[in-house]
Amino acid sequence: MGRYALVRALSILPTLFGVSLAVFLLIRLIPGTVVDQLIGTEGAYSEETKRALEAFFGLDVPIHVQYVRWAGQLLRGDLGTSWRTGLPVIQMIASRLDVTVELTLGAMLVALAVGVPLGILSAGRENTVLDHVVRVGSLFSLSIPVFWQATMLILAASLWLDWAPAVDFVGLFQDPRKNLAMMTLPSVALGTAVAAVFMRMTRSSLLEVMRQDYIRTARSKGLAERGVVWGHALKNSLIPLITVAGVQVGYLLGGVVVTEEVFTLPGVGRLVLWAVFQRDYPVVQGTILFISALFMLSNLVVDLIYAYVDPRIHYG
Amino acid sequence: MGEWSAALRPVLRNRLVLFGTGLVAGMVVLATLAGVVAPYDPTEMKMADALKAPSAAHLFGTDRFGRDVLSRTIHGSRIALGVAGSSIALAFTAGTLLGLVGGYVGSWPDLAIGRVMDVFFSFPTLILAVAISAMLGPGLNNAALAIAVVYAPLFSRVARGPVIAERAKDHVVAALGLGAGTFRVVFRHILPNVLAPLIVQASVSLAFAILIEASLSYLGLGTQPPDPSWGTMLNEGRTYLETAPWMSIFPGLAIMIAVFGFNLLGDGLRDTLDPQLRGR
Repeated sequence: MGRYALVRALSILPTLFGVSLAVFLLIRLIPGTVVDQLIGTEGAYSEETKRALEAFFGLDVPIHVQYVRWAGQLLRGDLGTSWRTGLPVIQMIASRLDVTVELTLGAMLVALAVGVPLGILSAGRENTVLDHVVRVGSLFSLSIPVFWQATMLILAASLWLDWAPAVDFVGLFQDPRKNLAMMTLPSVALGTAVAAVFMRMTRSSLLEVMRQDYIRTARSKGLAERGVVWGHALKNSLIPLITVAGVQVGYLLGGVVVTEEVFTLPGVGRLVLWAVFQRDYPVVQGTILFISALFMLSNLVVDLIYAYVDPRIHYG
Repeated sequence: MGEWSAALRPVLRNRLVLFGTGLVAGMVVLATLAGVVAPYDPTEMKMADALKAPSAAHLFGTDRFGRDVLSRTIHGSRIALGVAGSSIALAFTAGTLLGLVGGYVGSWPDLAIGRVMDVFFSFPTLILAVAISAMLGPGLNNAALAIAVVYAPLFSRVARGPVIAERAKDHVVAALGLGAGTFRVVFRHILPNVLAPLIVQASVSLAFAILIEASLSYLGLGTQPPDPSWGTMLNEGRTYLETAPWMSIFPGLAIMIAVFGFNLLGDGLRDTLDPQLRGR
Protein backbone atom coordinates (compact mmCIF):
# COMPACT_ATOMS: atom_id res chain seq x y z
CA MET A 1 0.00 0.00 0.00
CA GLY A 2 2.88 2.37 0.91
CA ARG A 3 4.64 1.68 -2.40
CA TYR A 4 1.38 2.07 -4.34
CA ALA A 5 0.65 5.39 -2.62
CA LEU A 6 4.14 6.69 -3.44
CA VAL A 7 4.09 5.59 -7.09
CA ARG A 8 0.55 6.92 -7.58
CA ALA A 9 1.42 10.25 -5.95
CA LEU A 10 4.55 10.62 -8.12
CA SER A 11 2.57 9.76 -11.25
CA ILE A 12 0.64 13.03 -11.05
CA LEU A 13 3.82 15.09 -11.37
CA PRO A 14 4.19 14.83 -15.19
CA THR A 15 0.47 15.56 -15.61
CA LEU A 16 0.73 18.50 -13.23
CA PHE A 17 3.63 19.79 -15.33
CA GLY A 18 1.48 19.40 -18.47
CA VAL A 19 -1.45 21.18 -16.81
CA SER A 20 0.78 24.06 -15.73
CA LEU A 21 2.12 24.31 -19.30
CA ALA A 22 -1.41 24.31 -20.73
CA VAL A 23 -2.57 27.01 -18.32
CA PHE A 24 0.59 29.02 -19.02
CA LEU A 25 -0.02 28.82 -22.77
CA LEU A 26 -3.72 29.63 -22.32
CA ILE A 27 -3.24 33.38 -22.13
CA ARG A 28 -0.35 33.35 -24.55
CA LEU A 29 -2.42 31.73 -27.30
CA ILE A 30 -4.95 34.56 -27.26
CA PRO A 31 -5.01 36.15 -30.74
CA GLY A 32 -2.60 39.06 -30.51
CA THR A 33 -1.24 39.27 -26.98
CA VAL A 34 -2.88 39.83 -23.63
CA VAL A 35 -1.61 43.40 -23.79
CA ASP A 36 -3.21 44.01 -27.20
CA GLN A 37 -6.47 42.67 -25.80
CA LEU A 38 -6.26 44.86 -22.73
CA ILE A 39 -5.36 48.09 -24.42
CA GLY A 40 -8.02 47.34 -27.00
CA THR A 41 -10.62 47.46 -24.24
CA GLU A 42 -9.10 50.30 -22.25
CA GLY A 43 -9.16 52.90 -25.03
CA ALA A 44 -6.28 55.41 -25.36
CA TYR A 45 -2.76 54.13 -24.69
CA SER A 46 0.84 55.02 -25.40
CA GLU A 47 3.78 52.85 -26.48
CA GLU A 48 5.17 53.39 -23.00
CA THR A 49 1.98 51.96 -21.45
CA LYS A 50 2.21 49.01 -23.80
CA ARG A 51 5.85 48.33 -22.82
CA ALA A 52 4.96 48.70 -19.12
CA LEU A 53 2.11 46.23 -19.48
CA GLU A 54 4.35 43.77 -21.35
CA ALA A 55 6.88 44.04 -18.53
CA PHE A 56 4.08 43.59 -15.97
CA PHE A 57 2.99 40.35 -17.63
CA GLY A 58 6.62 39.32 -18.15
CA LEU A 59 6.03 39.21 -21.92
CA ASP A 60 9.23 41.16 -22.62
CA VAL A 61 11.42 38.04 -22.37
CA PRO A 62 11.51 34.81 -24.47
CA ILE A 63 8.63 32.40 -23.82
CA HIS A 64 10.70 29.64 -22.18
CA VAL A 65 12.13 32.18 -19.74
CA GLN A 66 8.57 33.34 -19.04
CA TYR A 67 7.53 29.77 -18.20
CA VAL A 68 10.53 29.08 -15.97
CA ARG A 69 9.85 32.31 -14.06
CA TRP A 70 6.15 31.54 -13.75
CA ALA A 71 6.76 27.92 -12.67
CA GLY A 72 9.30 29.14 -10.10
CA GLN A 73 6.64 31.46 -8.68
CA LEU A 74 4.17 28.56 -8.57
CA LEU A 75 6.60 26.36 -6.65
CA ARG A 76 6.81 29.12 -4.04
CA GLY A 77 2.99 29.07 -3.79
CA ASP A 78 2.67 32.35 -5.69
CA LEU A 79 -0.15 32.26 -8.28
CA GLY A 80 0.50 35.86 -9.36
CA THR A 81 -1.23 39.14 -8.66
CA SER A 82 -4.67 40.24 -9.81
CA TRP A 83 -4.44 42.82 -12.56
CA ARG A 84 -7.69 44.43 -11.40
CA THR A 85 -7.52 44.32 -7.59
CA GLY A 86 -3.76 44.21 -6.96
CA LEU A 87 -4.35 41.34 -4.51
CA PRO A 88 -2.39 38.06 -4.62
CA VAL A 89 -4.46 35.50 -6.57
CA ILE A 90 -3.89 32.86 -3.88
CA GLN A 91 -5.40 35.24 -1.30
CA MET A 92 -8.44 35.85 -3.50
CA ILE A 93 -8.93 32.08 -3.87
CA ALA A 94 -8.37 31.36 -0.15
CA SER A 95 -11.00 33.90 0.90
CA ARG A 96 -13.61 32.16 -1.29
CA LEU A 97 -12.57 28.54 -0.90
CA ASP A 98 -14.84 27.71 2.07
CA VAL A 99 -17.96 28.46 -0.03
CA THR A 100 -16.85 26.23 -2.91
CA VAL A 101 -15.70 23.37 -0.67
CA GLU A 102 -18.96 23.47 1.30
CA LEU A 103 -21.03 23.52 -1.90
CA THR A 104 -19.06 20.63 -3.43
CA LEU A 105 -19.27 18.51 -0.27
CA GLY A 106 -22.96 19.38 0.19
CA ALA A 107 -23.73 18.32 -3.39
CA MET A 108 -21.75 15.10 -2.92
CA LEU A 109 -23.72 14.38 0.26
CA VAL A 110 -27.04 14.95 -1.53
CA ALA A 111 -25.88 12.70 -4.39
CA LEU A 112 -24.88 9.87 -2.04
CA ALA A 113 -27.99 10.19 0.14
CA VAL A 114 -30.31 10.01 -2.87
CA GLY A 115 -28.37 7.99 -5.46
CA VAL A 116 -27.15 5.01 -3.43
CA PRO A 117 -30.48 4.05 -1.76
CA LEU A 118 -32.31 4.44 -5.10
CA GLY A 119 -29.68 2.24 -6.78
CA ILE A 120 -30.13 -0.45 -4.13
CA LEU A 121 -33.91 -0.23 -4.45
CA SER A 122 -33.75 -0.45 -8.24
CA ALA A 123 -31.37 -3.42 -8.24
CA GLY A 124 -33.48 -5.25 -5.66
CA ARG A 125 -36.48 -4.99 -7.96
CA GLU A 126 -34.75 -5.58 -11.28
CA ASN A 127 -36.96 -5.28 -14.37
CA THR A 128 -40.06 -4.28 -12.37
CA VAL A 129 -42.04 -1.10 -13.02
CA LEU A 130 -40.25 0.57 -10.10
CA ASP A 131 -36.86 -0.33 -11.60
CA HIS A 132 -37.82 1.15 -14.98
CA VAL A 133 -39.21 4.31 -13.36
CA VAL A 134 -36.02 4.83 -11.33
CA ARG A 135 -33.78 4.17 -14.37
CA VAL A 136 -35.66 6.52 -16.69
CA GLY A 137 -35.89 9.05 -13.84
CA SER A 138 -32.11 8.95 -13.44
CA LEU A 139 -31.61 9.60 -17.17
CA PHE A 140 -34.07 12.46 -16.87
CA SER A 141 -32.11 13.92 -13.93
CA LEU A 142 -28.94 13.72 -16.01
CA SER A 143 -30.67 15.80 -18.67
CA ILE A 144 -31.56 18.78 -16.48
CA PRO A 145 -29.11 21.68 -16.81
CA VAL A 146 -27.79 22.65 -13.36
CA PHE A 147 -28.54 26.33 -13.89
CA TRP A 148 -32.11 25.68 -14.99
CA GLN A 149 -32.82 23.36 -12.09
CA ALA A 150 -31.30 25.99 -9.79
CA THR A 151 -33.52 28.67 -11.35
CA MET A 152 -36.63 26.52 -10.98
CA LEU A 153 -35.75 25.73 -7.35
CA ILE A 154 -35.40 29.45 -6.65
CA LEU A 155 -38.75 30.10 -8.37
CA ALA A 156 -40.49 27.34 -6.37
CA ALA A 157 -38.89 28.42 -3.09
CA SER A 158 -39.79 32.06 -3.66
CA LEU A 159 -43.40 31.18 -4.51
CA TRP A 160 -44.06 28.67 -1.75
CA LEU A 161 -41.51 29.38 0.98
CA ASP A 162 -40.95 33.10 0.47
CA TRP A 163 -37.24 32.26 0.12
CA ALA A 164 -34.71 34.24 -1.91
CA PRO A 165 -30.99 33.78 -2.51
CA ALA A 166 -29.12 35.59 0.26
CA VAL A 167 -27.32 38.81 -0.53
CA ASP A 168 -24.54 38.33 2.05
CA PHE A 169 -22.93 34.97 2.55
CA VAL A 170 -22.73 33.67 6.14
CA GLY A 171 -20.10 31.02 6.95
CA LEU A 172 -20.96 27.59 8.34
CA PHE A 173 -19.18 28.23 11.63
CA GLN A 174 -20.45 31.81 11.87
CA ASP A 175 -24.14 30.89 11.87
CA PRO A 176 -24.75 27.22 10.99
CA ARG A 177 -28.53 27.59 10.71
CA LYS A 178 -28.45 30.55 8.35
CA ASN A 179 -25.63 28.96 6.38
CA LEU A 180 -27.54 25.69 5.88
CA ALA A 181 -30.66 27.62 4.84
CA MET A 182 -28.47 29.26 2.20
CA MET A 183 -26.60 26.20 0.98
CA THR A 184 -29.31 23.51 0.87
CA LEU A 185 -30.90 24.49 -2.46
CA PRO A 186 -27.57 25.03 -4.26
CA SER A 187 -26.37 21.63 -3.00
CA VAL A 188 -29.56 19.95 -4.23
CA ALA A 189 -29.30 21.66 -7.64
CA LEU A 190 -25.66 20.69 -8.08
CA GLY A 191 -26.00 17.18 -6.63
CA THR A 192 -29.00 15.94 -8.64
CA ALA A 193 -27.12 14.84 -11.76
CA VAL A 194 -24.42 13.17 -9.66
CA ALA A 195 -27.15 11.36 -7.68
CA ALA A 196 -28.36 9.94 -11.00
CA VAL A 197 -24.84 8.72 -11.84
CA PHE A 198 -24.49 7.13 -8.37
CA MET A 199 -27.87 5.48 -8.71
CA ARG A 200 -26.94 3.91 -12.04
CA MET A 201 -23.54 2.80 -10.79
CA THR A 202 -24.90 1.32 -7.53
CA ARG A 203 -27.59 -0.56 -9.44
CA SER A 204 -25.29 -2.06 -12.08
CA SER A 205 -22.57 -2.87 -9.56
CA LEU A 206 -25.01 -4.53 -7.14
CA LEU A 207 -26.55 -6.60 -9.96
CA GLU A 208 -23.06 -7.68 -11.02
CA VAL A 209 -22.14 -8.76 -7.48
CA MET A 210 -25.47 -10.55 -7.00
CA ARG A 211 -24.50 -12.89 -9.85
CA GLN A 212 -21.27 -13.97 -8.15
CA ASP A 213 -20.75 -17.49 -6.80
CA TYR A 214 -20.36 -16.41 -3.17
CA ILE A 215 -23.81 -14.83 -3.25
CA ARG A 216 -25.25 -18.08 -4.60
CA THR A 217 -23.50 -19.86 -1.73
CA ALA A 218 -24.97 -17.43 0.81
CA ARG A 219 -28.44 -18.01 -0.65
CA SER A 220 -28.03 -21.79 -0.71
CA LYS A 221 -27.09 -21.67 3.00
CA GLY A 222 -30.63 -20.42 3.50
CA LEU A 223 -29.77 -16.79 4.25
CA ALA A 224 -32.68 -14.37 3.80
CA GLU A 225 -32.48 -12.06 0.75
CA ARG A 226 -32.13 -9.00 3.00
CA GLY A 227 -29.14 -10.60 4.73
CA VAL A 228 -27.58 -11.52 1.36
CA VAL A 229 -27.86 -7.95 0.07
CA TRP A 230 -26.91 -6.04 3.21
CA GLY A 231 -24.46 -8.52 4.71
CA HIS A 232 -22.63 -9.78 1.61
CA ALA A 233 -23.35 -7.94 -1.64
CA LEU A 234 -23.58 -4.27 -0.74
CA LYS A 235 -20.08 -3.76 0.67
CA ASN A 236 -18.36 -5.13 -2.42
CA SER A 237 -20.75 -3.45 -4.83
CA LEU A 238 -20.00 -0.02 -3.39
CA ILE A 239 -16.25 -0.25 -4.17
CA PRO A 240 -16.58 0.90 -7.82
CA LEU A 241 -18.62 3.84 -6.52
CA ILE A 242 -15.42 5.27 -5.04
CA THR A 243 -13.88 5.66 -8.51
CA VAL A 244 -17.08 7.15 -9.92
CA ALA A 245 -17.18 9.60 -7.00
CA GLY A 246 -13.66 10.73 -7.95
CA VAL A 247 -14.69 11.42 -11.54
CA GLN A 248 -17.81 13.23 -10.37
CA VAL A 249 -15.72 15.65 -8.29
CA GLY A 250 -14.66 17.07 -11.67
CA TYR A 251 -18.30 17.54 -12.66
CA LEU A 252 -19.04 19.23 -9.33
CA LEU A 253 -16.01 21.55 -9.59
CA GLY A 254 -17.19 22.61 -13.05
CA GLY A 255 -20.78 22.86 -11.85
CA VAL A 256 -19.90 25.24 -9.02
CA VAL A 257 -19.25 27.95 -11.64
CA VAL A 258 -22.88 28.01 -12.76
CA THR A 259 -24.39 27.14 -9.37
CA GLU A 260 -22.52 29.92 -7.57
CA GLU A 261 -23.52 32.31 -10.35
CA VAL A 262 -27.24 31.46 -10.10
CA PHE A 263 -27.33 31.57 -6.29
CA THR A 264 -24.91 34.54 -6.11
CA LEU A 265 -22.56 32.62 -3.81
CA PRO A 266 -19.12 34.22 -3.43
CA GLY A 267 -17.02 31.13 -4.25
CA VAL A 268 -14.06 30.29 -6.48
CA GLY A 269 -16.42 29.43 -9.39
CA ARG A 270 -17.77 32.97 -9.50
CA LEU A 271 -14.23 34.28 -9.18
CA VAL A 272 -13.35 32.42 -12.42
CA LEU A 273 -16.24 34.11 -14.22
CA TRP A 274 -15.47 37.50 -12.74
CA ALA A 275 -11.86 37.18 -13.89
CA VAL A 276 -12.92 36.07 -17.39
CA PHE A 277 -15.21 39.08 -17.85
CA GLN A 278 -12.70 41.49 -16.30
CA ARG A 279 -9.96 40.03 -18.53
CA ASP A 280 -7.96 39.59 -15.33
CA TYR A 281 -5.71 36.92 -16.85
CA PRO A 282 -3.53 36.19 -13.80
CA VAL A 283 -6.72 35.37 -11.86
CA VAL A 284 -8.07 33.27 -14.78
CA GLN A 285 -4.79 31.32 -14.88
CA GLY A 286 -4.56 30.99 -11.10
CA THR A 287 -8.13 29.85 -10.50
CA ILE A 288 -8.15 27.35 -13.36
CA LEU A 289 -4.81 25.90 -12.27
CA PHE A 290 -6.04 25.73 -8.68
CA ILE A 291 -9.31 23.97 -9.59
CA SER A 292 -7.48 21.46 -11.82
CA ALA A 293 -4.92 20.75 -9.09
CA LEU A 294 -7.81 20.22 -6.66
CA PHE A 295 -9.40 17.79 -9.13
CA MET A 296 -6.14 15.87 -9.56
CA LEU A 297 -5.66 15.76 -5.80
CA SER A 298 -9.18 14.44 -5.26
CA ASN A 299 -8.52 11.72 -7.87
CA LEU A 300 -5.32 10.81 -6.05
CA VAL A 301 -7.17 10.55 -2.72
CA VAL A 302 -9.89 8.46 -4.38
CA ASP A 303 -7.30 6.06 -5.85
CA LEU A 304 -5.62 5.71 -2.46
CA ILE A 305 -8.95 5.00 -0.75
CA TYR A 306 -9.71 2.46 -3.48
CA ALA A 307 -6.37 0.73 -2.92
CA TYR A 308 -7.04 0.70 0.82
CA VAL A 309 -10.49 -0.90 0.56
CA ASP A 310 -9.55 -3.26 -2.27
CA PRO A 311 -6.23 -4.99 -1.44
CA ARG A 312 -6.00 -6.49 -4.95
CA ILE A 313 -4.92 -3.05 -6.25
CA HIS A 314 -1.15 -2.60 -6.23
CA TYR A 315 1.78 -1.60 -8.40
CA GLY A 316 4.46 -4.12 -9.38
CA MET B 1 -25.98 -3.46 -45.92
CA GLY B 2 -27.14 -6.83 -44.60
CA GLU B 3 -24.67 -6.67 -41.71
CA TRP B 4 -25.83 -3.17 -40.78
CA SER B 5 -29.51 -4.08 -40.79
CA ALA B 6 -28.73 -7.15 -38.66
CA ALA B 7 -26.82 -4.94 -36.22
CA LEU B 8 -29.61 -2.37 -36.13
CA ARG B 9 -32.41 -4.87 -35.52
CA PRO B 10 -31.90 -5.17 -31.73
CA VAL B 11 -31.46 -1.39 -31.56
CA LEU B 12 -34.84 -0.85 -33.17
CA ARG B 13 -36.45 -3.36 -30.80
CA ASN B 14 -35.41 -1.28 -27.78
CA ARG B 15 -38.39 0.95 -26.92
CA LEU B 16 -36.30 3.54 -25.08
CA VAL B 17 -34.01 3.91 -28.10
CA LEU B 18 -37.05 4.35 -30.30
CA PHE B 19 -38.45 7.00 -27.97
CA GLY B 20 -35.05 8.75 -27.82
CA THR B 21 -34.76 8.55 -31.61
CA GLY B 22 -38.24 10.03 -31.90
CA LEU B 23 -37.33 12.96 -29.64
CA VAL B 24 -34.08 13.60 -31.52
CA ALA B 25 -35.76 13.27 -34.91
CA GLY B 26 -38.53 15.64 -33.81
CA MET B 27 -35.90 18.15 -32.68
CA VAL B 28 -34.04 17.87 -35.99
CA VAL B 29 -37.26 18.38 -37.99
CA LEU B 30 -38.16 21.38 -35.80
CA ALA B 31 -34.71 22.89 -36.27
CA THR B 32 -34.81 22.34 -40.03
CA LEU B 33 -38.29 23.79 -40.45
CA ALA B 34 -37.89 26.49 -37.79
CA GLY B 35 -38.50 29.28 -40.31
CA VAL B 36 -41.81 27.67 -41.36
CA VAL B 37 -43.03 26.32 -38.01
CA ALA B 38 -42.24 29.33 -35.77
CA PRO B 39 -45.25 31.68 -35.67
CA TYR B 40 -43.15 34.87 -35.42
CA ASP B 41 -39.71 36.22 -36.33
CA PRO B 42 -37.55 35.25 -33.30
CA THR B 43 -35.70 38.59 -33.23
CA GLU B 44 -38.61 40.89 -34.01
CA MET B 45 -39.19 43.33 -31.12
CA LYS B 46 -42.65 44.64 -30.19
CA MET B 47 -42.32 46.67 -27.03
CA ALA B 48 -46.11 46.94 -26.73
CA ASP B 49 -46.22 43.13 -26.26
CA ALA B 50 -43.36 42.99 -23.72
CA LEU B 51 -43.60 40.40 -20.91
CA LYS B 52 -47.03 39.07 -21.98
CA ALA B 53 -48.06 35.85 -20.24
CA PRO B 54 -48.74 32.74 -22.36
CA SER B 55 -51.92 33.17 -24.42
CA ALA B 56 -53.45 31.99 -27.68
CA ALA B 57 -51.44 34.61 -29.58
CA HIS B 58 -48.17 33.75 -27.82
CA LEU B 59 -48.31 30.16 -26.53
CA PHE B 60 -45.06 30.52 -24.51
CA GLY B 61 -45.57 34.25 -23.74
CA THR B 62 -43.21 37.06 -24.73
CA ASP B 63 -39.91 38.40 -23.37
CA ARG B 64 -38.90 41.88 -22.24
CA PHE B 65 -38.65 43.09 -25.85
CA GLY B 66 -42.00 41.59 -26.82
CA ARG B 67 -40.33 38.76 -28.76
CA ASP B 68 -42.29 35.51 -29.02
CA VAL B 69 -40.75 32.94 -26.64
CA LEU B 70 -42.15 29.99 -28.63
CA SER B 71 -40.53 31.21 -31.86
CA ARG B 72 -37.26 31.85 -30.05
CA THR B 73 -37.39 28.39 -28.44
CA ILE B 74 -38.01 26.75 -31.83
CA HIS B 75 -35.15 28.69 -33.44
CA GLY B 76 -33.00 27.91 -30.39
CA SER B 77 -33.06 24.25 -31.45
CA ARG B 78 -31.07 25.23 -34.56
CA ILE B 79 -28.30 26.72 -32.45
CA ALA B 80 -28.30 23.86 -29.93
CA LEU B 81 -28.19 21.13 -32.56
CA GLY B 82 -25.88 23.12 -34.84
CA VAL B 83 -23.29 23.78 -32.13
CA ALA B 84 -23.57 20.30 -30.62
CA GLY B 85 -23.49 18.58 -34.02
CA SER B 86 -20.55 20.54 -35.41
CA SER B 87 -18.50 20.39 -32.20
CA ILE B 88 -19.00 16.65 -31.73
CA ALA B 89 -18.31 15.99 -35.43
CA LEU B 90 -15.03 17.87 -35.02
CA ALA B 91 -14.21 16.11 -31.75
CA PHE B 92 -15.15 12.74 -33.29
CA THR B 93 -12.90 13.27 -36.32
CA ALA B 94 -9.91 14.70 -34.46
CA GLY B 95 -10.18 12.33 -31.50
CA THR B 96 -10.68 9.22 -33.66
CA LEU B 97 -7.68 10.15 -35.84
CA LEU B 98 -5.52 10.61 -32.73
CA GLY B 99 -6.79 7.31 -31.32
CA LEU B 100 -6.06 5.55 -34.63
CA VAL B 101 -2.54 6.97 -34.80
CA GLY B 102 -1.79 6.22 -31.14
CA GLY B 103 -3.30 2.74 -31.19
CA TYR B 104 -1.90 1.66 -34.57
CA VAL B 105 1.57 3.21 -34.49
CA GLY B 106 2.19 2.70 -30.75
CA SER B 107 5.63 3.63 -29.42
CA TRP B 108 6.40 7.31 -28.74
CA PRO B 109 3.50 8.85 -30.75
CA ASP B 110 1.08 6.82 -28.62
CA LEU B 111 2.87 7.88 -25.45
CA ALA B 112 2.94 11.54 -26.47
CA ILE B 113 -0.77 11.57 -27.46
CA GLY B 114 -1.64 9.74 -24.22
CA ARG B 115 0.20 12.26 -22.03
CA VAL B 116 -1.40 15.25 -23.79
CA MET B 117 -4.82 13.64 -23.37
CA ASP B 118 -4.09 13.08 -19.66
CA VAL B 119 -3.55 16.82 -19.32
CA PHE B 120 -6.93 17.55 -20.93
CA PHE B 121 -8.62 15.02 -18.64
CA SER B 122 -7.16 16.84 -15.62
CA PHE B 123 -9.45 19.82 -16.17
CA PRO B 124 -13.09 19.61 -15.10
CA THR B 125 -15.05 19.68 -18.40
CA LEU B 126 -16.94 22.93 -17.90
CA ILE B 127 -13.87 24.69 -16.49
CA LEU B 128 -11.91 23.73 -19.62
CA ALA B 129 -14.74 24.94 -21.86
CA VAL B 130 -14.93 28.24 -19.93
CA ALA B 131 -11.14 28.64 -20.15
CA ILE B 132 -11.06 28.05 -23.92
CA SER B 133 -14.06 30.31 -24.50
CA ALA B 134 -12.37 32.98 -22.39
CA MET B 135 -9.28 32.64 -24.54
CA LEU B 136 -11.10 32.68 -27.89
CA GLY B 137 -13.71 35.26 -26.86
CA PRO B 138 -17.49 34.83 -26.63
CA GLY B 139 -19.41 33.63 -29.70
CA LEU B 140 -21.15 30.70 -31.34
CA ASN B 141 -18.19 29.34 -33.35
CA ASN B 142 -15.78 29.71 -30.45
CA ALA B 143 -18.18 27.86 -28.14
CA ALA B 144 -18.36 25.02 -30.71
CA LEU B 145 -14.56 24.94 -30.93
CA ALA B 146 -14.25 24.92 -27.12
CA ILE B 147 -16.64 21.96 -26.87
CA ALA B 148 -14.74 20.12 -29.63
CA VAL B 149 -11.43 20.58 -27.79
CA VAL B 150 -13.04 19.34 -24.56
CA TYR B 151 -14.46 16.17 -26.17
CA ALA B 152 -11.71 15.19 -28.67
CA PRO B 153 -9.58 13.49 -25.95
CA LEU B 154 -12.55 11.33 -24.99
CA PHE B 155 -12.96 10.02 -28.55
CA SER B 156 -9.23 9.47 -28.77
CA ARG B 157 -9.28 7.32 -25.65
CA VAL B 158 -12.41 5.41 -26.71
CA ALA B 159 -10.84 4.66 -30.14
CA ARG B 160 -7.34 3.70 -28.99
CA GLY B 161 -8.13 0.51 -27.04
CA PRO B 162 -10.21 -1.21 -29.76
CA VAL B 163 -7.63 -0.16 -32.39
CA ILE B 164 -4.87 -1.94 -30.45
CA ALA B 165 -7.07 -5.06 -30.15
CA GLU B 166 -8.04 -4.93 -33.83
CA ARG B 167 -4.44 -4.43 -35.04
CA ALA B 168 -3.46 -7.86 -33.70
CA LYS B 169 -6.34 -9.71 -35.39
CA ASP B 170 -5.81 -12.17 -38.23
CA HIS B 171 -7.69 -10.19 -40.88
CA VAL B 172 -5.45 -7.16 -40.32
CA VAL B 173 -2.28 -9.27 -40.32
CA ALA B 174 -3.53 -10.94 -43.52
CA ALA B 175 -4.23 -7.57 -45.18
CA LEU B 176 -0.74 -6.38 -44.28
CA GLY B 177 0.72 -9.68 -45.56
CA LEU B 178 -1.08 -9.17 -48.88
CA GLY B 179 0.69 -5.85 -49.22
CA ALA B 180 -2.06 -3.44 -48.21
CA GLY B 181 -0.74 0.00 -47.31
CA THR B 182 -1.07 1.52 -43.82
CA PHE B 183 -3.76 3.96 -44.96
CA ARG B 184 -5.88 1.16 -46.43
CA VAL B 185 -5.41 -1.10 -43.40
CA VAL B 186 -6.32 1.64 -40.93
CA PHE B 187 -9.33 3.06 -42.74
CA ARG B 188 -10.63 -0.08 -44.48
CA HIS B 189 -9.87 -2.87 -42.04
CA ILE B 190 -9.60 -1.27 -38.58
CA LEU B 191 -11.83 1.84 -38.48
CA PRO B 192 -15.11 0.11 -39.46
CA ASN B 193 -14.57 -2.43 -36.68
CA VAL B 194 -14.00 0.14 -33.94
CA LEU B 195 -16.92 2.44 -34.87
CA ALA B 196 -19.55 0.99 -32.50
CA PRO B 197 -18.18 2.39 -29.21
CA LEU B 198 -17.42 5.69 -30.96
CA ILE B 199 -21.01 6.01 -32.18
CA VAL B 200 -22.30 5.37 -28.66
CA GLN B 201 -19.85 7.94 -27.31
CA ALA B 202 -20.97 10.45 -29.94
CA SER B 203 -24.60 10.08 -28.97
CA VAL B 204 -23.90 10.60 -25.25
CA SER B 205 -21.47 13.45 -26.02
CA LEU B 206 -24.12 15.23 -28.10
CA ALA B 207 -26.27 15.39 -24.97
CA PHE B 208 -23.43 16.90 -22.94
CA ALA B 209 -22.48 19.25 -25.79
CA ILE B 210 -26.00 20.72 -25.73
CA LEU B 211 -25.67 21.18 -21.96
CA ILE B 212 -22.24 22.83 -22.26
CA GLU B 213 -23.34 25.16 -25.08
CA ALA B 214 -26.35 26.18 -22.98
CA SER B 215 -24.13 26.67 -19.91
CA LEU B 216 -21.60 28.79 -21.84
CA SER B 217 -24.40 30.89 -23.37
CA TYR B 218 -26.06 31.22 -19.96
CA LEU B 219 -22.77 32.48 -18.52
CA GLY B 220 -22.44 34.96 -21.41
CA LEU B 221 -19.56 33.11 -23.09
CA GLY B 222 -21.46 31.34 -25.88
CA THR B 223 -24.10 32.62 -28.26
CA GLN B 224 -24.57 36.36 -27.99
CA PRO B 225 -27.90 38.26 -28.02
CA PRO B 226 -30.10 38.73 -29.99
CA ASP B 227 -29.53 35.16 -31.31
CA PRO B 228 -32.05 32.89 -29.61
CA SER B 229 -29.86 30.30 -27.86
CA TRP B 230 -31.66 28.46 -25.05
CA GLY B 231 -28.88 29.35 -22.60
CA THR B 232 -28.98 33.04 -23.56
CA MET B 233 -32.77 33.04 -23.21
CA LEU B 234 -32.46 31.59 -19.69
CA ASN B 235 -29.89 34.23 -18.82
CA GLU B 236 -32.25 36.97 -20.02
CA GLY B 237 -35.09 35.41 -18.03
CA ARG B 238 -33.19 35.55 -14.73
CA THR B 239 -34.13 39.16 -14.01
CA TYR B 240 -37.80 38.46 -14.66
CA LEU B 241 -38.05 35.17 -12.79
CA GLU B 242 -40.95 36.25 -10.56
CA THR B 243 -42.76 38.53 -13.00
CA ALA B 244 -42.31 36.51 -16.22
CA PRO B 245 -41.29 32.93 -15.27
CA TRP B 246 -42.27 31.64 -18.76
CA MET B 247 -39.09 33.27 -20.07
CA SER B 248 -37.12 30.75 -17.99
CA ILE B 249 -39.42 27.73 -17.97
CA PHE B 250 -39.79 26.97 -21.71
CA PRO B 251 -36.16 27.25 -22.92
CA GLY B 252 -35.12 25.07 -19.96
CA LEU B 253 -37.72 22.46 -20.84
CA ALA B 254 -36.45 22.49 -24.43
CA ILE B 255 -32.86 21.83 -23.27
CA MET B 256 -34.06 19.04 -21.03
CA ILE B 257 -36.09 17.31 -23.76
CA ALA B 258 -33.24 17.54 -26.29
CA VAL B 259 -30.65 16.23 -23.81
CA PHE B 260 -33.04 13.51 -22.62
CA GLY B 261 -33.53 12.35 -26.22
CA PHE B 262 -29.79 11.99 -26.83
CA ASN B 263 -29.28 10.35 -23.41
CA LEU B 264 -31.99 7.77 -24.14
CA LEU B 265 -30.52 7.12 -27.56
CA GLY B 266 -26.98 6.80 -26.21
CA ASP B 267 -28.04 4.59 -23.33
CA GLY B 268 -30.06 2.32 -25.57
CA LEU B 269 -27.30 2.09 -28.18
CA ARG B 270 -24.78 1.25 -25.46
CA ASP B 271 -27.09 -1.47 -24.12
CA THR B 272 -27.62 -2.94 -27.56
CA LEU B 273 -24.13 -2.62 -29.03
CA ASP B 274 -22.42 -3.87 -25.86
CA PRO B 275 -24.33 -6.99 -24.81
CA GLN B 276 -22.33 -7.22 -21.56
CA LEU B 277 -23.99 -4.02 -20.38
CA ARG B 278 -27.51 -4.99 -21.41
CA GLY B 279 -30.04 -4.25 -18.70
CA ARG B 280 -27.56 -2.52 -16.41
